[in-house]
Amino acid sequence: MTTTRIDARFAALKAEGRAGFIPYVMTGDPSREEALEILRGLPAAGADLIELGLAFSDPMAEGPPIQRAALRGLAAGMTLRGTLDLVADFRKGDDATPVILMGYLNPVESYGYEAFARDAAEAGVDGLIVVDCPPEEAGPLATALDAAEVSLIRLATPTSDDDRLKVIARGTSGFVYYVSVAGVTGVKEAQAASVAPAAERVRKAANLPVAVGFGVKTPERAAEIARVADAVVAGSVFVDEVAGALAANEPVVPRVLAKVKALADAVKTARTSASPISAFLGETV
Amino acid sequence: MNAIIPNSYAWPDAEGRFGPYGGRFVPETLMPLIHELQAAYEAAKADPSFQAELDDFLTHYVGRESPLYFAERLTDHFGGAKIWLKREDLNHTGAHKINNCMGQILLARRMGKTRIIAETGAGQHGVASATVCARFGLPCTVYMGAVDVERQQPNVFRMKLMGAEVAAVTAGAATLKDAMNEAMRDWVTNVEDTYYIIGTAAGPAPYPAMVRDFQSVIGREIKRQSLDRIGRLPDAVVACIGGGSNAIGAFHPFVDDAEVRLIGVEAAGHGLDTPEHAASLKGGRPGVLHGNRTYLLQDADGQILEGHSISAGLDYPGIGPEHAWLNDLGRGEYLSATDDEALDAFQMLSKLEGIIPALEPSHALARIGEIARDVGQGGDVVLVLSGRGDKDIFTVAKHLGVEL
Repeated sequence: MTTTRIDARFAALKAEGRAGFIPYVMTGDPSREEALEILRGLPAAGADLIELGLAFSDPMAEGPPIQRAALRGLAAGMTLRGTLDLVADFRKGDDATPVILMGYLNPVESYGYEAFARDAAEAGVDGLIVVDCPPEEAGPLATALDAAEVSLIRLATPTSDDDRLKVIARGTSGFVYYVSVAGVTGVKEAQAASVAPAAERVRKAANLPVAVGFGVKTPERAAEIARVADAVVAGSVFVDEVAGALAANEPVVPRVLAKVKALADAVKTARTSASPISAFLGETV
Repeated sequence: MNAIIPNSYAWPDAEGRFGPYGGRFVPETLMPLIHELQAAYEAAKADPSFQAELDDFLTHYVGRESPLYFAERLTDHFGGAKIWLKREDLNHTGAHKINNCMGQILLARRMGKTRIIAETGAGQHGVASATVCARFGLPCTVYMGAVDVERQQPNVFRMKLMGAEVAAVTAGAATLKDAMNEAMRDWVTNVEDTYYIIGTAAGPAPYPAMVRDFQSVIGREIKRQSLDRIGRLPDAVVACIGGGSNAIGAFHPFVDDAEVRLIGVEAAGHGLDTPEHAASLKGGRPGVLHGNRTYLLQDADGQILEGHSISAGLDYPGIGPEHAWLNDLGRGEYLSATDDEALDAFQMLSKLEGIIPALEPSHALARIGEIARDVGQGGDVVLVLSGRGDKDIFTVAKHLGVEL
């Protein structure tokens, strides 16, 4: 297998000695054109990888911000095929930034696993996170994605004990997404002190980089997590910017990108600026 | 119909699957809990003291066994097989839902859980959940779509009377599937202390099999009562299907009795040729929602559609995975009835037998004449009267143009 964009990006981050930043935005939110503009602006705003949310009618692990974003995407007419086309358009101008799709199983199953894997790879998709598809149910999907060299990114959570981590780590690639709070997206706040040992446990079990998300809303919190994780994911805070811009009748794209830059800058400088968490943990990270 | 070798039916498998259906499609946070629940349920099932405790509550609190009633005038009306009604409407709280809630609350107590959540559509499962929580002194939050809260005020009041908190869900279309999403979100947030009582034989394993087992008291009683009253097994067992818990409870003890036809009736709303129905088997296709793979109402992109039925207890866009499998095996026969047909049947049973049925079993009643004639004189068919119709009189009056 050739070096994937994901592996190349994490290797570069490691060489730079800093954590990566992964903004999550919703497909088609609030329109296809604006979503494409946002995607195209993300790398310059500081995105090291991109998570693109797949709109689903029944997102059972999402809090209100991403639920509403998904409804906006659907209302804009976005489909799974449409999302792949969006990624293909983004790829025309950027061949380096990994794009990970994140969503729920039914639209992918409806599309067909083999067809999806083939078309996703062709569009330039690097990975897929399926919130409601645990390892026990992932066999046929994983086989299809492997054949197309698209990574199936697994989730680990505060409820994952060591035995469970072994199940999660089996056959995974790219990175592991550590869900830092038991709960839905964008509600509880992640606590760096509890994330640090958990991230280390996951890293050891999977021998892969660990990205931490769910509950990262501010630059301060993003910086704290950046000191203990290989990458930081934030999402609700950006889709809330879309909602805010729509409500205020302001242009959406600059508002979202400004917010992305604020968190990305915090992540990038986290390990060079004062580090209360490292001091607290008594180690250098 | 495909022949099934007696005693061959042992679904679900170790992965919680019924053929290709079922499974455990939940967020990773819940996976350890799902496994814990499975182990706890299997231990309880193997423990005679658990069954004894459940039986005692079913007898003295729920009021079981429920009668198997020979509906003489209904039988005469159609002139076919004898029609028997399994009177689940006579249970405490007026429906079959309490059978499952009693089983699950005893399991929750065994597991040391201190908080209960549930979802509800029409409010019958919410009321049954609130009831058992009051009985055992556990705090209860019932998620209910805001639209349903509005149209089911009497049940909302009942739940509150019994101390439950009713959380109105405004997400999505604000009906049953959205209430279920919200209950899942609560569960994933409160994994330590909370037990989720799912109301139908759907959701991630072990729920479909567990709810079926708790509802199988219906089928076991039908079997015993048929042997007592008829001297043999019935020719058909008929039940309505939303998620399908009363039907699977009635069917399951008969699956290996090939001579007994198992007939489910889905809600056809305004008709299967319109977008407004809730017939997942006959008008949907397989997919994944709410923790299991099953037949779903969905569009070409895999987005879930809202079900429609005059009965708020049937307007769910999915169906329990075991029904999906019985359908594919050909062991179950699945029919449908429209809103109008159910309304007619509702009035028919009220006038002919002095029994006001819930709108849910009214769908099964709408097909019972054809089934009775098809089986023919000398035969016997059992219809599960899954609930009483008091909750529905406002809806029915409105459709008949009567102001109450």
